[in-house]
Amino acid sequence: MGLLNLLFGLKSFTHGIHPPYHKDTADKPIRRLPFPVELVLPLDQHIGKPAIPMVRKGQEVVRGELIAKADGNFSVPIHAPATGRVRVIELMPTPKGPKSNAIVLDVYEGSTQEVLWGQPQEMSDLTQQEIIHAIQDSGMVGLGGAAFPSHIKMMIPEGKQVDTLIINGCECEPYLTCDHRIMLEYPKQLLRGIRYAMRASGTSQAIIGIEDNKMDAVEVLRSHLSKGSPVRVEAVETKYPQGSEKMLIKSLLDREVPAGGLPADVGVVVNNVGTLASLGQLLPEGQGLIERVITVAGPGVVKPGNYMVPLGTPISHILQQAGYEGSRTEFILGGPMMGPAVSAMDTPITKGTSGLLVLNEPSIEEESHRIWPCIRCARCVYACPMHLNPSILGQMAAKRKYEEMAQEYHLNDCFECGCCSYVCPSNIPLVQYFRIAKAINREQAV
Amino acid sequence: MSKKPTIELRTSPHAHAGDDVVRIMRNVIYALLPICAFTIWEFGLSALALLIVVTVTCLLSERLFNRLNDSASSLSDWSATITGLLLALTLPPGFPLWMGAVAGFIAIALGKALFGGLGMNAMNPALIGRAFVQAAFPVAITTWTPAFFEDRFSQFIPTTLTPPFLQSPTIGEWVETVNIDAFSGATPLALQKFEGVQTDIMDMLLGTTAGSAGETSALLILVCGLYLAARNMLDWRIPVMVMLGAALTAGVFFLIDPVRYPDPLFVLCSGGLMLGAWFMASDMIGSPVTPLGIIIYGLMIGIITVIIRLFGGLTEGVMYAILLGNAATPLIDQITQPRVFGQQRASK
Repeated sequence: MGLLNLLFGLKSFTHGIHPPYHKDTADKPIRRLPFPVELVLPLDQHIGKPAIPMVRKGQEVVRGELIAKADGNFSVPIHAPATGRVRVIELMPTPKGPKSNAIVLDVYEGSTQEVLWGQPQEMSDLTQQEIIHAIQDSGMVGLGGAAFPSHIKMMIPEGKQVDTLIINGCECEPYLTCDHRIMLEYPKQLLRGIRYAMRASGTSQAIIGIEDNKMDAVEVLRSHLSKGSPVRVEAVETKYPQGSEKMLIKSLLDREVPAGGLPADVGVVVNNVGTLASLGQLLPEGQGLIERVITVAGPGVVKPGNYMVPLGTPISHILQQAGYEGSRTEFILGGPMMGPAVSAMDTPITKGTSGLLVLNEPSIEEESHRIWPCIRCARCVYACPMHLNPSILGQMAAKRKYEEMAQEYHLNDCFECGCCSYVCPSNIPLVQYFRIAKAINREQAV
Repeated sequence: MSKKPTIELRTSPHAHAGDDVVRIMRNVIYALLPICAFTIWEFGLSALALLIVVTVTCLLSERLFNRLNDSASSLSDWSATITGLLLALTLPPGFPLWMGAVAGFIAIALGKALFGGLGMNAMNPALIGRAFVQAAFPVAITTWTPAFFEDRFSQFIPTTLTPPFLQSPTIGEWVETVNIDAFSGATPLALQKFEGVQTDIMDMLLGTTAGSAGETSALLILVCGLYLAARNMLDWRIPVMVMLGAALTAGVFFLIDPVRYPDPLFVLCSGGLMLGAWFMASDMIGSPVTPLGIIIYGLMIGIITVIIRLFGGLTEGVMYAILLGNAATPLIDQITQPRVFGQQRASK
């Protein structure tokens, strides 16, 4: 922990960067957009095995209905985000890059879009196992961006002891404000979801970690907590990537997740605020995840805001509604530090998509500088939250020594936060090199 | 949306801190300008001519090697300009101009281009240039002139205009004609080392002593260095560690024998220590990147400097100390790899 943070008592990790916040949509309440005419629902919106479709071409589905079931334990089901008819099941573009199989729905325009599926359940009657099943049945994944199946997180591996549930309300990526709005507008659902998650994971205390540029959210959540509650709210330093699991655990508990390990190795389960707020809403109703809040922002957006959209909404629909300008634009799903850019306008919003950013000319120009040789300024070394040495890794990547990078310089501990590329005065695409290096190493391992 | 827009595709991160190499280099030049101005004020026309000749030679050499390499011009990254200015500042103000040109060419050719240009050089190019002329022209590089002599803006120091490959004139007579105070033709370091004469600290802080063109005012160098450090264009730990290493080593010897050995403050303010610590040891390219490595590197330069000064044949050791530090940098980097987050112990 840095000296300054010790002096001021602010919880944080070492290294990291301070990009401008750009949280311009923080005061924009969550609104709904009109339903799109079509929805694209990839079967692999989550990490793990893709879901198995349970509908066929031409079949009518109602909003909330189960349309694809989980393939085993490491998988989650998909529910219909709108009432309509299955047009086709075919390969469609996804935010991940490669096309994947998706259920395409034609949405009934005249429908009232009521959720007509699910049985309310008395949560207090459920056992730990039943809650975990209920979480899987809801199709819930980490809504912060990783899209890791939530029920797997709650299942503590044999031999591991967990004591703390950490709720990630950092939202450290610039521009994004959807988690911030959820904390302000859905505090009750969030706290309910926290209770379910504590029971499912068997943890005795919960800490909500929020960056200190969102003190209003800290206040709101604190005001909903009673004295003696096992849940507490902590402000942490506003610094990227505070919202990374490993960094937040370090900041809040001063525990270090071992290399290649999981939070459970240090007795912690981490969930995003959006995930738990959704669980708090859905579980008592016995419903599935069919919509999420995304932030639509960036210099190119006419009407930026936080929007509740059905899963599968193509970005073309959102851009039509929110409007965008600029003859050269870049569309990014998620935040500017880690979000992928997409070119296909029918790419859908999936469970893990937290935002849609539109950058236009001036901000695009800024990043297209010339690449200079490394001048060994060491800024990347002081930015890397994992304390890697991106400078030397970058030089090795240029020489294609990918295996050596992994074996001797801990390449696999890199979680691709992009701090190194952000600070590099030579504009060397460091994190981009590392992604390629990791991908090639993975390929060769197979 | 009448016109179909171009959609850009890039990989994340889609944001950048905004600093670039050119900006860093430009700021180093800003920080060097006051020192250049001071040396011109102090030594007059000769210093101005030396600065211009050395810098222009560096730029021309850089361009020449760009041509030979068939690569784009790298003059715009300003690094050759920095090398030129720094090199000129480390030379005696009356240094023959043609020798300055040789130093400039060697600095770029052997110190930089040979390794592959910016970022590839193992050692500080300016110091390579200086080391070369130190070996090649041992007399000229130790011929000092008094500061603030009267006609400095109307006449050159006689050695300045030595024709190439000819013996430079002795300046003893000339010094007597311009000298105000008794000038012995020696720097504070030489005075202390060979004659046991202590120069006033105030004179060394303000720069009213003999010495290389840019090294005389320790205070000015400190201020300019602090500017760079404040703008995060220089790692302050390096100069601080160099100074600490030098002061501690000098302190030990001073405590053993205060008559024979200089006190730490004198060590810090004399010779090229300040200029070397703030502008050459701190050169990013030749210094380690690891947090621990930077400390070892800085201390090492400070300690070696003092040991050369006290026990070597030379009066000044900063140059060789920094070159040694540069040479040790890859090794230091190798053995000081930081502990990676989540690793029990650095395995390498």
